[in-house]
Amino acid sequence: MTTLTASPRLRGFGTLTATQGRLFLRDTGSVVFAIAFPPLLVIGIGLALPGMRAPITDLPEPWAGMPAIHLFAPVALALAVATVALSTLPSQIVAERELGVLRRMATTPMRPQGVLVAQVLVNLCALVAACVLAIAAGALVFGTPAPVAPVAAALAFVLGAAATAGVGLLIAALAPKASAANGIGMLVYFPMLFFAGMWTPGPTMPDTVAAIARFTPLGAMSQALNAAWFEGGFPAAELVVMAAYIAVLYPLAARLFRWS
Amino acid sequence: MTTVVRVDALRKSYGSRHAVRGVGFTVEQGEIFGILGPNGAGKTTTVEALAGLRHADGGTVSVLGIDPQRDPAAIKEVLGVQLQEARLPDRITVSEALRLYASFYPAPADTDELITGLGLAEHRDTRFAKLSGGLRQRLSIALALVGNPRVAILDELTTGLDPQARRAVWDVVERVRAGGVTIILVTHFMDEAERLCDRLVIIDKGKVVAEGAPAELIRGAEGERVFRMRLPVPFDQVRDRLQDLADVDTLTTVADEVEVRGGAHALPAVVLSLAEAAVVPDGIRTLSRSLEDVFVEVTGHSPEPVEVSA
Repeated sequence: MTTLTASPRLRGFGTLTATQGRLFLRDTGSVVFAIAFPPLLVIGIGLALPGMRAPITDLPEPWAGMPAIHLFAPVALALAVATVALSTLPSQIVAERELGVLRRMATTPMRPQGVLVAQVLVNLCALVAACVLAIAAGALVFGTPAPVAPVAAALAFVLGAAATAGVGLLIAALAPKASAANGIGMLVYFPMLFFAGMWTPGPTMPDTVAAIARFTPLGAMSQALNAAWFEGGFPAAELVVMAAYIAVLYPLAARLFRWS
Repeated sequence: MTTVVRVDALRKSYGSRHAVRGVGFTVEQGEIFGILGPNGAGKTTTVEALAGLRHADGGTVSVLGIDPQRDPAAIKEVLGVQLQEARLPDRITVSEALRLYASFYPAPADTDELITGLGLAEHRDTRFAKLSGGLRQRLSIALALVGNPRVAILDELTTGLDPQARRAVWDVVERVRAGGVTIILVTHFMDEAERLCDRLVIIDKGKVVAEGAPAELIRGAEGERVFRMRLPVPFDQVRDRLQDLADVDTLTTVADEVEVRGGAHALPAVVLSLAEAAVVPDGIRTLSRSLEDVFVEVTGHSPEPVEVSA
């Protein structure tokens, strides 16, 4: 046989991802929210909160004299990631299960890991587009600098989003209903944002909190982004933490996955 | 004939509820094989075990030589399944759904041919949410066939459809079988089973309570025939000679008619005997049992009225 036959695991994965992507684009409300939320968040935080544009004086280099809004750039991305990974993604999967969309697919050779990864990829693409817009908005409105190490920043973002999505996949596997998925999602949403520096961005996070935070998916992403964005280092340890989450959470979610 | 599906002593419990308690049957190649039974009889659990979607507690299942319990991945490559309570995303179109599902299989059917064959050509760009119940069922059949399966399981195919749509779907099923696909049809519609199935089992409370071709089941094991006639003469005048006939079992009067129960030759024997006595009946009608009668006899209750799905 000279025909190229994809292994059963991968067969149809491309078509599934493309179809999920098309279906996502048809849902205008979701698209507008997904794409517009991160840039509006950055602009909103910067304009609405008092003191965001004033330089902070008591910070160490390289942060000295930076306005607070710059420190919030990685946090805004973390917030966007958390919203998609912990709310949008598990709700989508559980809704498909409740409707019987997954039950229909259960009878085909498509495997759970294909379904999960396709959903993550579509959401990741939307997130990347939205966050590029958010960075551009921050640069235009507040003069937020571009990351010093763009490749490391991009890597940190993608790995962090994928790792946090792993938590969302686990929630989708465990939650019996969409309402439960939302509840569990919110339960981990705020602690994860806390570790991402929502209330103590960048270097203002206490050392002990930061030491714990770097072992959470979103905290690791936030710290890796800080390093790549402002310090110019390569955040190897954080990247390893995020990769480890992916390596553990995805197979676990696929194993616990229920079609109906 | 080749046996393509073999189920033996299948058992499955959910907690303390015994859904399937030793179901067994075989399906031959090219058949339309029916699985009938009241709601909760264990039909869906049985087909889910066949499709590798549900792990059985005991018994053996073999489909096309594959054990779906041991190798669910392998069975999904060769089996087409249409399940109850399954649907598609609202925004997917007919042709997108078929292309998507075709991409899951090693040697899929031509999606355009399926679309045309199932009368979906005008609706190929219609989104799932906008399809009528009948069109959704046709799409569902198309999806069950898109992997070019040799065996297809169709579960509660026409539930919620209007009579016209049901007949259209029946035609489709017969065409599919003519194309060489063995079909397992799960239904609780007696007329559907009678019309489509070559053979069937009736399952009740997790067990097979009757098995055979619809005509066989209707005829009953003893081959009993029942007919009623109106006579131009008083019944007493001919009672004795009819009573003596070997094929006649019982004679009763029902209103102005005489009901005769007997073997396969009861009718000609009675007519002949009456002719010898120069009696010509005014009218004769045979009473035929329906599959529904059989169902009531073996399960002890009438087929449930069907809830129409929204």
